[in-house]
Amino acid sequence: MNILVLIKEVPDMTKVKFDSEKGVVDRSSADSEINPFDMNALQAAVNIKNKYGANVTVLTMGPPKSEKSLRDAYARGADKGVLMTDRKFGGSDTCATAITLSAGIKHLGKYDLIICGEKSVDGDTAQVGAEVAEFLDIPHSYYVEKINNLNDKEIEVVIENVCGSKQVRKMKLPALIGVTKNINSPKLPTVNRKLESLEIEVEKISLDDLCEYINEDNTGFKGSPTKVSKIIIPSPLERVSHIFRDDYVSFKEAVKQEIKLKA
Amino acid sequence: MSEYKGILVIAEQNDNVIHKVSYELLNKARELADKLTVPLNCLLLAADGIAAEELNFRGAETVYYIKSDIFLKPEEYLFKQNIVEFINEHKPEIILIGATSFGRSLAPRIAASLKTGLTADCTDLKIDDEGQLIQIRPAFSDNIFAYIKTVTYPQLATIRYKEFNESKRNINRKISIVEMKPYCNYYARSEVIKIFKEKDIDITEAQIVVAAGRGIKKKDDLKMIEDLAHKLGGVMGVSRALVDAGMVSSACQVGYSGNRVKPKIYIACGISGAPQHLAGMKESGLIIAINSDPSAPIFSIADYGYVGDIYEIIPNLIRDLE
Repeated sequence: MNILVLIKEVPDMTKVKFDSEKGVVDRSSADSEINPFDMNALQAAVNIKNKYGANVTVLTMGPPKSEKSLRDAYARGADKGVLMTDRKFGGSDTCATAITLSAGIKHLGKYDLIICGEKSVDGDTAQVGAEVAEFLDIPHSYYVEKINNLNDKEIEVVIENVCGSKQVRKMKLPALIGVTKNINSPKLPTVNRKLESLEIEVEKISLDDLCEYINEDNTGFKGSPTKVSKIIIPSPLERVSHIFRDDYVSFKEAVKQEIKLKA
Repeated sequence: MSEYKGILVIAEQNDNVIHKVSYELLNKARELADKLTVPLNCLLLAADGIAAEELNFRGAETVYYIKSDIFLKPEEYLFKQNIVEFINEHKPEIILIGATSFGRSLAPRIAASLKTGLTADCTDLKIDDEGQLIQIRPAFSDNIFAYIKTVTYPQLATIRYKEFNESKRNINRKISIVEMKPYCNYYARSEVIKIFKEKDIDITEAQIVVAAGRGIKKKDDLKMIEDLAHKLGGVMGVSRALVDAGMVSSACQVGYSGNRVKPKIYIACGISGAPQHLAGMKESGLIIAINSDPSAPIFSIADYGYVGDIYEIIPNLIRDLE
C-alpha cells in the first residue's frame, strides 16, 4: 500500500512576530517547522505502516529550505520525502496549491491513501485537502479520529463530528482523509533515524516535470483566484480587568451582579 | 458584465432541521444583496418534511429545495455534485456557506469543482465600489485579518458560525419554494454506514461555560467545575492540558484546536490562558478568571479576575452564585 502524507512547513507560532504598524508577518522572526496538525497525519501513516505494512511518502510544496521538514518526517518514520519547489509555485492560494499538489501526486504515480492534518496553523483554511480530493476525483473524509479498518480496496473511518454527529464512513481507495489531533500522539524521532535522515535523497519536482498536467497559468500567484488586498494586524484584545485578591466578598458581589445582567 | 448574478445562501440542515447558521448567513446576505440590488436565494438539500418556508421568513426570496432522503446522511461528494449542477444552471455571483464542520469540508470540493476561489471562515463581508465581494478573515491563529477578493466567479466563502445575528423572522414574507429532484443520488465510492444518534453536549451552543485547566490536580476534582456549571445552568469546558491528561474527552475542549466558543459568560478556573486557549474563547460576552498566578495571561482578557486558589474559591462560588 502506498500512502502519501501532505505536509506544510509553517513558522513556529509561539515565536513568530507580527508588525501591527506595517501589517506584515515577520517570518524571519521564527524558525519553521512541520505544521503541528500534520504531525498527527504523519503518525497516522506510520501507524498504518507498522500495522498493515505500507510505503509512506511525504509530499510538500514550498521553498528549497522546506527540505528540512521532509528530513524531519523521515526521522519520524516516513520512507521518502518529495519536495515540490519552483519559483512559479510562489504565491499560490489554496486552489492553486491544490491543483499543483494534485499534479505532483499524478506525477508520482500510484497511491492508495492520502492523509493530511486538520488545518495549518498559519493559513488556517483547512481547504487544501478536500480540494486535492476533488481535483483527483476521489472521496474524502475530514475530522477522522479513528481508522476502524483498512485493506487494499477500502477504508473505514470514524468521523469526529459532522452535522452535529459522529459518523462511521467507508470509502473505496484511493481516498483522502484529514485527521484530527485525537487520532494519535505523535512520537519523537529516534536518534538513528535522525542521523539517517541527513543522508537521504529528497526528490524534487518543478513545474517542468508537471507539464503533462498543469502549466504556469494554473499555479502560483497567476493561478490563484483569491488575492489578498490588505492585511490588518489588530492590537491584542484587552479588556478593562477588575482583578481582586484577598477580598472574596467584593469579588463575589461584583460577579453576581454581572452574571445577573448577562444571563 | 459578468453573466453571474445574485446571491445564493446554501442552507445547512442537521437531522433534517435547519441549522441556525443559515439564518445568520441570510442576515448578512440581505445586506449585500441590497447593496448590489440583486436577488437573494437559498439552496436547501434535505429530506421531506423540513420547514423550508422558514428560509423565506428569514429573507430568502426563493428557496430551491432539492428533496431526497440521501441528504439525511451527510457525505460531501453527493452534496457537492448536486450543488455544483445547481450553480452551473443558476450562476449566482456570490455563494455563502456556513463554516460549520460540514461546510468547511464541503465548500472546498465545490470550489475546486468550479475552479473558483474560496475564502475560509470569514468573520465579515463587504461590497467594494466595483461591486466585488471583500472577504475578511482571521489567519495566523487569529493574529491577523486578511482582506481577500476573488477574481473568478462565483465568489465563494464560508462564514464563521455565530459571527452575525440571525435575520429577523417575518411570517408575512412571501413563501416561494421550488422543489427539485436531486441531479445525482448515488456515489459508489463513499458510504455513510452509521450516524451516532447519542450526542455529546455541544459546548459551542452553551450560553454559560465554566472551564477548567491545569489548576485541576485530578479527575475527581472536575466535579466541582461541573457543579458550578450546573448551578449556573451552563456546561463544563476544559483546556487542552486536561484532554491530553486523559481526564475528559475532546468534545469539551476549548481552544484553537478544540472548540471555538462564544457564550454569554465564560468562567476560566485554573487556566493560565495560552494563546491557543484564548483563540477559542476570547469573544465570550463576560469573562471571569480565577487563577493563583497574578501574571497569568488570562487576566489580561478577563472582565473580572480573582487571584487565588480555585480549590478554595469554587466551592464558595457554588454556595454563593445562582
